[in-house]
Amino acid sequence: MADTIQFDLVSPERRLASVQALEVRIPGAEGDLTAMPGHAPLITTLRPGVLTVVSETGSAEYTVTGGFAEINAGSVTVLAERGLPSAEVSPAIYAEMLAEIRAAAAVAAPGSPADTAAKLVADMEALGAQIGQ
Amino acid sequence: MPSLKDLKNRIGSVKNTRKITKAMQMVAAAKLRRAQEAAEAARPYAERMNAVMAALAGSVGGSDGAPRLLAGTGAEQTHLLVVMTSERGLCGGFNSTIVRLVRARANELIRQGRTVKILTVGKKGREQLRRDMGHLMVGHVDLSEVKRMGYDTAQKVARDVLDRFDAGEFDVATIFYNRFQSVIVQIPTAHQVIPAKVAEGADVSAVYDYEPGEEAILAELLPRNLATQIFAALLENGASEQGARMSAMDNATRNAGDMINKLTIQYNRSRQASITKELIEIISGAEAL
Repeated sequence: MADTIQFDLVSPERRLASVQALEVRIPGAEGDLTAMPGHAPLITTLRPGVLTVVSETGSAEYTVTGGFAEINAGSVTVLAERGLPSAEVSPAIYAEMLAEIRAAAAVAAPGSPADTAAKLVADMEALGAQIGQ
Repeated sequence: MPSLKDLKNRIGSVKNTRKITKAMQMVAAAKLRRAQEAAEAARPYAERMNAVMAALAGSVGGSDGAPRLLAGTGAEQTHLLVVMTSERGLCGGFNSTIVRLVRARANELIRQGRTVKILTVGKKGREQLRRDMGHLMVGHVDLSEVKRMGYDTAQKVARDVLDRFDAGEFDVATIFYNRFQSVIVQIPTAHQVIPAKVAEGADVSAVYDYEPGEEAILAELLPRNLATQIFAALLENGASEQGARMSAMDNATRNAGDMINKLTIQYNRSRQASITKELIEIISGAEAL
Protein backbone atom coordinates (compact mmCIF):
# COMPACT_ATOMS: atom_id res chain seq x y z
CA MET A 1 0.00 0.00 0.00
CA ALA A 2 1.25 3.41 -0.96
CA ASP A 3 1.85 6.07 1.65
CA THR A 4 -1.25 8.06 2.40
CA ILE A 5 -2.15 11.08 4.44
CA GLN A 6 -5.31 11.71 6.37
CA PHE A 7 -7.25 14.43 4.60
CA ASP A 8 -10.07 16.33 6.31
CA LEU A 9 -12.16 19.05 4.77
CA VAL A 10 -14.13 20.84 7.46
CA SER A 11 -16.65 23.63 7.13
CA PRO A 12 -18.00 25.53 10.12
CA GLU A 13 -21.19 23.53 9.95
CA ARG A 14 -19.95 20.03 9.35
CA ARG A 15 -17.16 17.75 8.22
CA LEU A 16 -17.37 17.56 4.45
CA ALA A 17 -14.81 14.92 3.73
CA SER A 18 -12.43 12.66 5.56
CA VAL A 19 -10.38 10.30 3.43
CA GLN A 20 -6.96 8.73 3.10
CA ALA A 21 -5.33 10.61 0.25
CA LEU A 22 -2.22 10.09 -1.83
CA GLU A 23 -1.87 13.77 -2.51
CA VAL A 24 -3.86 16.96 -2.04
CA ARG A 25 -3.56 19.94 -4.34
CA ILE A 26 -4.34 23.12 -2.44
CA PRO A 27 -4.99 26.61 -3.82
CA GLY A 28 -2.79 28.49 -1.37
CA ALA A 29 -2.94 32.25 -1.05
CA GLU A 30 0.59 32.54 -2.44
CA GLY A 31 0.25 29.88 -5.09
CA ASP A 32 -0.90 26.31 -5.51
CA LEU A 33 0.83 23.61 -3.62
CA THR A 34 0.62 19.87 -3.41
CA ALA A 35 0.77 18.13 -0.09
CA MET A 36 2.05 14.57 -0.07
CA PRO A 37 2.95 12.25 2.77
CA GLY A 38 5.88 13.62 4.73
CA HIS A 39 5.23 17.26 3.85
CA ALA A 40 6.87 19.77 6.16
CA PRO A 41 4.44 21.29 8.69
CA LEU A 42 2.81 24.31 7.10
CA ILE A 43 -0.14 26.57 7.69
CA THR A 44 -1.38 28.56 4.75
CA THR A 45 -4.43 30.60 3.92
CA LEU A 46 -6.46 29.73 0.88
CA ARG A 47 -7.63 31.73 -2.08
CA PRO A 48 -10.84 30.88 -3.93
CA GLY A 49 -10.04 27.91 -6.07
CA VAL A 50 -10.33 24.22 -6.68
CA LEU A 51 -8.90 21.76 -4.23
CA THR A 52 -8.10 18.35 -5.61
CA VAL A 53 -7.79 15.22 -3.52
CA VAL A 54 -6.18 12.20 -5.11
CA SER A 55 -6.85 8.96 -3.31
CA GLU A 56 -6.43 5.35 -4.33
CA THR A 57 -9.99 5.19 -5.54
CA GLY A 58 -9.71 8.25 -7.76
CA SER A 59 -9.66 11.97 -7.35
CA ALA A 60 -12.25 14.39 -6.05
CA GLU A 61 -12.50 18.11 -6.55
CA TYR A 62 -13.82 20.62 -4.10
CA THR A 63 -14.49 24.28 -4.64
CA VAL A 64 -13.41 26.42 -1.72
CA THR A 65 -13.72 30.16 -1.28
CA GLY A 66 -11.27 30.81 1.48
CA GLY A 67 -10.13 29.58 4.84
CA PHE A 68 -6.87 27.91 5.67
CA ALA A 69 -5.05 24.62 5.49
CA GLU A 70 -2.93 22.94 8.10
CA ILE A 71 -0.45 20.47 6.72
CA ASN A 72 1.49 17.91 8.70
CA ALA A 73 3.61 14.98 7.72
CA GLY A 74 0.65 12.67 8.20
CA SER A 75 -2.42 14.81 7.80
CA VAL A 76 -3.95 17.69 5.88
CA THR A 77 -6.79 19.62 7.45
CA VAL A 78 -8.55 22.23 5.38
CA LEU A 79 -10.86 24.62 7.15
CA ALA A 80 -12.98 26.23 4.49
CA GLU A 81 -15.73 28.77 5.03
CA ARG A 82 -17.48 27.38 2.02
CA GLY A 83 -16.58 24.11 0.49
CA LEU A 84 -18.55 22.14 -2.05
CA PRO A 85 -17.81 19.23 -4.35
CA SER A 86 -17.10 20.98 -7.65
CA ALA A 87 -19.81 18.98 -9.39
CA GLU A 88 -22.38 20.53 -7.11
CA VAL A 89 -21.47 24.10 -7.91
CA SER A 90 -24.32 25.26 -10.10
CA PRO A 91 -24.25 28.58 -11.95
CA ALA A 92 -26.60 29.94 -9.30
CA ILE A 93 -24.28 28.98 -6.45
CA TYR A 94 -21.29 30.33 -8.33
CA ALA A 95 -23.09 33.61 -8.98
CA GLU A 96 -23.89 33.81 -5.29
CA MET A 97 -20.24 33.20 -4.32
CA LEU A 98 -19.07 35.78 -6.79
CA ALA A 99 -21.59 38.33 -5.60
CA GLU A 100 -20.52 37.67 -2.02
CA ILE A 101 -16.86 38.25 -2.83
CA ARG A 102 -17.64 41.35 -4.87
CA ALA A 103 -19.72 42.74 -2.05
CA ALA A 104 -16.89 42.05 0.36
CA ALA A 105 -14.44 43.73 -2.00
CA ALA A 106 -16.69 46.73 -2.37
CA VAL A 107 -16.72 47.38 1.36
CA ALA A 108 -13.13 46.29 1.91
CA ALA A 109 -12.00 47.65 5.23
CA PRO A 110 -10.19 50.94 4.92
CA GLY A 111 -6.52 50.33 5.36
CA SER A 112 -6.48 47.01 3.61
CA PRO A 113 -4.90 47.42 0.22
CA ALA A 114 -7.48 47.70 -2.52
CA ASP A 115 -5.61 45.22 -4.68
CA THR A 116 -6.15 42.50 -2.08
CA ALA A 117 -9.86 42.73 -2.65
CA ALA A 118 -9.38 43.01 -6.39
CA LYS A 119 -7.22 39.91 -6.31
CA LEU A 120 -9.96 38.03 -4.51
CA VAL A 121 -12.44 38.92 -7.22
CA ALA A 122 -9.94 37.94 -9.89
CA ASP A 123 -9.28 34.64 -8.14
CA MET A 124 -12.98 34.01 -7.96
CA GLU A 125 -13.42 34.72 -11.65
CA ALA A 126 -10.51 32.45 -12.47
CA LEU A 127 -12.15 29.78 -10.38
CA GLY A 128 -15.31 30.22 -12.40
CA ALA A 129 -13.41 29.71 -15.62
CA GLN A 130 -11.76 26.63 -14.17
CA ILE A 131 -14.96 24.88 -13.23
CA GLY A 132 -16.66 25.92 -16.42
CA GLN A 133 -19.16 28.47 -15.27
CA MET B 1 -68.08 26.54 45.67
CA PRO B 2 -67.96 26.18 41.90
CA SER B 3 -70.88 24.46 40.28
CA LEU B 4 -70.58 21.06 38.65
CA LYS B 5 -70.78 22.64 35.23
CA ASP B 6 -67.91 25.02 36.05
CA LEU B 7 -65.74 22.18 37.25
CA LYS B 8 -66.43 20.16 34.14
CA ASN B 9 -65.45 23.09 31.92
CA ARG B 10 -62.35 23.65 33.96
CA ILE B 11 -61.28 20.02 33.63
CA GLY B 12 -61.86 20.22 29.91
CA SER B 13 -59.69 23.30 29.51
CA VAL B 14 -56.85 21.89 31.61
CA LYS B 15 -56.96 18.75 29.50
CA ASN B 16 -56.56 20.85 26.37
CA THR B 17 -53.66 22.71 27.91
CA ARG B 18 -52.02 19.42 28.75
CA LYS B 19 -52.34 18.30 25.16
CA ILE B 20 -50.63 21.47 23.97
CA THR B 21 -47.76 21.30 26.45
CA LYS B 22 -47.29 17.63 25.67
CA ALA B 23 -47.06 18.41 21.96
CA MET B 24 -44.62 21.26 22.60
CA GLN B 25 -42.46 18.96 24.67
CA MET B 26 -42.27 16.43 21.88
CA VAL B 27 -41.48 19.08 19.29
CA ALA B 28 -38.75 20.46 21.55
CA ALA B 29 -37.33 16.97 21.99
CA ALA B 30 -37.09 16.50 18.23
CA LYS B 31 -35.57 19.95 17.75
CA LEU B 32 -33.16 19.34 20.59
CA ARG B 33 -31.78 16.28 18.88
CA ARG B 34 -31.23 18.24 15.71
CA ALA B 35 -29.64 21.13 17.59
CA GLN B 36 -27.30 18.77 19.38
CA GLU B 37 -26.28 17.16 16.11
CA ALA B 38 -25.57 20.59 14.64
CA ALA B 39 -23.46 21.51 17.65
CA GLU B 40 -21.65 18.20 17.37
CA ALA B 41 -20.99 18.68 13.66
CA ALA B 42 -19.57 22.14 14.18
CA ARG B 43 -17.07 20.97 16.77
CA PRO B 44 -14.19 19.76 14.53
CA TYR B 45 -13.92 23.15 12.83
CA ALA B 46 -13.92 25.05 16.10
CA GLU B 47 -11.36 22.70 17.59
CA ARG B 48 -8.93 23.01 14.69
CA MET B 49 -9.47 26.75 14.61
CA ASN B 50 -8.68 26.99 18.30
CA ALA B 51 -5.58 24.87 17.97
CA VAL B 52 -4.18 26.95 15.12
CA MET B 53 -5.13 30.17 16.86
CA ALA B 54 -3.37 29.06 20.01
CA ALA B 55 -0.26 28.17 18.06
CA LEU B 56 -0.25 31.49 16.23
CA ALA B 57 -1.07 33.60 19.24
CA GLY B 58 1.69 31.88 21.15
CA SER B 59 4.30 33.04 18.67
CA VAL B 60 2.88 36.43 17.68
CA GLY B 61 0.94 37.45 20.77
CA GLY B 62 3.83 38.92 22.69
CA SER B 63 5.12 41.16 19.94
CA ASP B 64 4.10 44.76 19.42
CA GLY B 65 2.71 44.14 15.97
CA ALA B 66 -0.06 41.88 17.24
CA PRO B 67 -3.43 42.72 15.69
CA ARG B 68 -5.84 44.73 17.81
CA LEU B 69 -8.37 41.92 17.84
CA LEU B 70 -5.86 39.88 19.79
CA ALA B 71 -3.99 42.49 21.77
CA GLY B 72 -6.95 44.77 22.46
CA THR B 73 -7.09 48.50 22.11
CA GLY B 74 -5.04 49.04 25.22
CA ALA B 75 -8.05 50.37 27.09
CA GLU B 76 -10.82 48.65 28.97
CA GLN B 77 -13.18 51.54 29.19
CA THR B 78 -16.09 50.53 27.01
CA HIS B 79 -17.55 47.07 27.21
CA LEU B 80 -19.87 45.56 24.66
CA LEU B 81 -22.10 42.81 26.00
CA VAL B 82 -23.52 40.56 23.30
CA VAL B 83 -26.59 38.93 24.79
CA MET B 84 -27.83 35.82 23.05
CA THR B 85 -31.32 34.71 23.93
CA SER B 86 -34.20 32.95 22.24
CA GLU B 87 -36.86 34.33 19.94
CA ARG B 88 -39.66 32.56 21.74
CA GLY B 89 -40.78 32.15 25.29
CA LEU B 90 -42.17 29.15 27.13
CA CYS B 91 -38.75 27.77 27.83
CA GLY B 92 -38.55 28.00 31.59
CA GLY B 93 -35.76 30.06 33.05
CA PHE B 94 -33.67 29.94 29.89
CA ASN B 95 -33.77 33.63 29.06
CA SER B 96 -34.00 34.87 32.62
CA THR B 97 -30.77 33.16 33.68
CA ILE B 98 -28.84 34.83 30.86
CA VAL B 99 -30.43 38.20 31.55
CA ARG B 100 -29.66 37.90 35.25
CA LEU B 101 -26.00 37.24 34.48
CA VAL B 102 -25.88 40.16 32.05
CA ARG B 103 -27.52 42.47 34.53
CA ALA B 104 -25.07 41.52 37.28
CA ARG B 105 -22.12 42.04 34.95
CA ALA B 106 -23.44 45.33 33.61
CA ASN B 107 -24.07 46.72 37.08
CA GLU B 108 -20.63 45.65 38.21
CA LEU B 109 -18.99 47.35 35.24
CA ILE B 110 -21.00 50.52 35.75
CA ARG B 111 -19.96 50.57 39.40
CA GLN B 112 -16.36 50.43 38.26
CA GLY B 113 -17.03 53.49 36.16
CA ARG B 114 -16.94 51.74 32.80
CA THR B 115 -19.22 52.36 29.88
CA VAL B 116 -21.52 49.50 29.01
CA LYS B 117 -23.14 48.87 25.66
CA ILE B 118 -25.52 46.04 24.99
CA LEU B 119 -26.13 44.26 21.72
CA THR B 120 -28.98 41.79 21.85
CA VAL B 121 -29.36 38.74 19.66
CA GLY B 122 -32.82 37.25 19.94
CA LYS B 123 -36.01 38.99 20.96
CA LYS B 124 -36.59 37.75 24.48
CA GLY B 125 -33.43 39.17 25.95
CA ARG B 126 -34.15 42.57 24.51
CA GLU B 127 -37.64 42.57 25.96
CA GLN B 128 -36.38 41.71 29.41
CA LEU B 129 -33.47 44.14 29.38
CA ARG B 130 -35.33 47.02 27.81
CA ARG B 131 -37.02 48.01 31.04
CA ASP B 132 -33.97 48.96 33.05
CA MET B 133 -31.09 48.85 30.56
CA GLY B 134 -32.83 50.21 27.50
CA HIS B 135 -30.59 53.26 27.38
CA LEU B 136 -27.49 51.05 27.10
CA MET B 137 -28.67 49.17 24.05
CA VAL B 138 -26.86 49.91 20.84
CA GLY B 139 -28.33 47.32 18.53
CA HIS B 140 -30.34 44.22 18.01
CA VAL B 141 -29.99 41.25 15.70
CA ASP B 142 -33.28 39.69 14.80
CA LEU B 143 -33.32 35.93 14.48
CA SER B 144 -37.03 35.40 13.98
CA GLU B 145 -36.52 34.82 10.25
CA VAL B 146 -33.82 32.25 10.83
CA LYS B 147 -35.23 28.79 10.38
CA ARG B 148 -32.05 26.84 10.86
CA MET B 149 -29.03 28.28 12.62
CA GLY B 150 -26.39 28.54 9.91
CA TYR B 151 -22.88 29.89 9.78
CA ASP B 152 -24.07 32.86 7.73
CA THR B 153 -26.13 34.02 10.71
CA ALA B 154 -23.06 33.91 12.91
CA GLN B 155 -21.12 35.79 10.26
CA LYS B 156 -23.77 38.47 10.24
CA VAL B 157 -23.50 38.93 13.99
CA ALA B 158 -19.71 38.84 13.80
CA ARG B 159 -19.70 41.47 11.07
CA ASP B 160 -21.90 43.70 13.16
CA VAL B 161 -19.55 43.34 16.13
CA LEU B 162 -16.43 43.85 13.99
CA ASP B 163 -17.82 46.96 12.34
CA ARG B 164 -18.48 48.43 15.74
CA PHE B 165 -15.00 47.48 16.87
CA ASP B 166 -13.39 49.04 13.80
CA ALA B 167 -15.43 52.18 14.43
CA GLY B 168 -13.93 52.29 17.90
CA GLU B 169 -17.24 51.88 19.67
CA PHE B 170 -15.90 49.53 22.34
CA ASP B 171 -12.73 48.02 23.75
CA VAL B 172 -13.86 44.69 25.13
CA ALA B 173 -16.58 42.39 23.86
CA THR B 174 -18.14 39.57 25.81
CA ILE B 175 -20.75 37.14 24.59
CA PHE B 176 -23.42 35.75 26.89
CA TYR B 177 -25.13 32.48 26.16
CA ASN B 178 -26.33 29.31 27.81
CA ARG B 179 -23.93 26.42 27.59
CA PHE B 180 -25.74 23.15 27.10
CA GLN B 181 -24.87 20.54 29.66
CA SER B 182 -27.99 18.41 29.77
CA VAL B 183 -31.71 18.77 29.26
CA ILE B 184 -32.05 19.90 32.84
CA VAL B 185 -28.85 21.88 33.26
CA GLN B 186 -27.88 24.85 31.12
CA ILE B 187 -25.09 27.03 32.36
CA PRO B 188 -25.27 30.76 31.62
CA THR B 189 -21.82 31.62 30.38
CA ALA B 190 -19.90 34.80 29.71
CA HIS B 191 -17.08 34.50 27.23
CA GLN B 192 -14.76 37.28 26.20
CA VAL B 193 -14.17 37.36 22.44
CA ILE B 194 -12.41 40.69 21.91
CA PRO B 195 -9.56 40.85 22.68
CA ALA B 196 -9.45 37.18 21.82
CA LYS B 197 -8.68 34.82 24.66
CA VAL B 198 -6.79 31.82 23.41
CA ALA B 199 -5.66 28.76 25.26
CA GLU B 200 -2.11 29.10 26.43
CA GLY B 201 0.50 26.42 26.48
CA ALA B 202 0.45 25.44 22.84
CA ASP B 203 3.69 23.72 22.04
CA VAL B 204 3.17 23.07 18.35
CA SER B 205 3.86 26.62 17.27
CA ALA B 206 7.54 26.24 16.65
CA VAL B 207 7.36 23.56 14.01
CA TYR B 208 5.03 25.18 11.50
CA ASP B 209 5.92 27.19 8.45
CA TYR B 210 3.49 29.98 7.76
CA GLU B 211 2.49 31.16 4.34
CA PRO B 212 2.03 34.14 4.11
CA GLY B 213 3.61 35.36 7.36
CA GLU B 214 2.29 34.65 10.82
CA GLU B 215 0.89 38.13 11.26
CA ALA B 216 -0.95 38.02 7.94
CA ILE B 217 -2.52 34.68 8.75
CA LEU B 218 -3.44 35.83 12.21
CA ALA B 219 -5.04 38.99 10.84
CA GLU B 220 -7.14 36.90 8.52
CA LEU B 221 -7.96 34.30 11.11
CA LEU B 222 -9.09 36.54 13.95
CA PRO B 223 -12.33 37.73 12.35
CA ARG B 224 -13.07 34.14 11.34
CA ASN B 225 -12.34 32.99 14.83
CA LEU B 226 -14.85 35.50 16.14
CA ALA B 227 -17.51 34.23 13.75
CA THR B 228 -16.69 30.66 14.73
CA GLN B 229 -17.01 31.42 18.41
CA ILE B 230 -20.28 33.21 17.89
CA PHE B 231 -21.51 30.33 15.78
CA ALA B 232 -20.58 27.83 18.48
CA ALA B 233 -22.32 29.98 21.09
CA LEU B 234 -25.45 30.26 18.95
CA LEU B 235 -25.55 26.52 18.49
CA GLU B 236 -25.05 25.87 22.20
CA ASN B 237 -27.77 28.37 22.87
CA GLY B 238 -30.08 26.67 20.40
CA ALA B 239 -29.60 23.29 22.05
CA SER B 240 -30.01 24.85 25.50
CA GLU B 241 -33.21 26.58 24.47
CA GLN B 242 -34.78 23.37 23.25
CA GLY B 243 -33.57 21.52 26.33
CA ALA B 244 -34.99 24.16 28.63
CA ARG B 245 -38.26 24.19 26.73
CA MET B 246 -38.47 20.43 26.86
CA SER B 247 -38.06 20.26 30.62
CA ALA B 248 -40.35 23.25 31.17
CA MET B 249 -43.06 21.63 29.05
CA ASP B 250 -42.52 18.31 30.78
CA ASN B 251 -43.16 20.03 34.09
CA ALA B 252 -46.19 21.80 32.70
CA THR B 253 -47.62 18.54 31.41
CA ARG B 254 -47.11 16.90 34.78
CA ASN B 255 -48.66 19.84 36.62
CA ALA B 256 -51.66 19.75 34.30
CA GLY B 257 -52.05 16.05 35.07
CA ASP B 258 -51.98 16.74 38.81
CA MET B 259 -54.49 19.49 38.39
CA ILE B 260 -56.83 17.28 36.41
CA ASN B 261 -56.69 14.65 39.17
CA LYS B 262 -57.43 17.22 41.82
CA LEU B 263 -60.28 18.76 39.87
CA THR B 264 -61.74 15.34 39.09
CA ILE B 265 -61.78 14.46 42.80
CA GLN B 266 -63.42 17.78 43.57
CA TYR B 267 -65.94 17.21 40.79
CA ASN B 268 -66.81 13.72 42.06
CA ARG B 269 -67.12 14.94 45.64
CA SER B 270 -69.46 17.77 44.81
CA ARG B 271 -71.51 15.46 42.61
CA GLN B 272 -71.79 13.01 45.48
CA ALA B 273 -72.63 15.87 47.86
CA SER B 274 -75.46 17.04 45.66
CA ILE B 275 -76.85 13.49 45.43
CA THR B 276 -76.68 13.10 49.20
CA LYS B 277 -78.33 16.46 49.64
CA GLU B 278 -81.20 15.50 47.37
CA LEU B 279 -81.67 12.20 49.20
CA ILE B 280 -81.77 13.97 52.54
CA GLU B 281 -84.32 16.39 51.20
CA ILE B 282 -86.53 13.55 49.91
CA ILE B 283 -86.22 11.54 53.14
CA SER B 284 -86.85 14.49 55.42
CA GLY B 285 -89.75 15.52 53.18
CA ALA B 286 -91.24 12.00 53.54
CA GLU B 287 -90.74 12.03 57.31
CA ALA B 288 -92.54 15.33 57.66
CA LEU B 289 -95.67 13.87 56.23
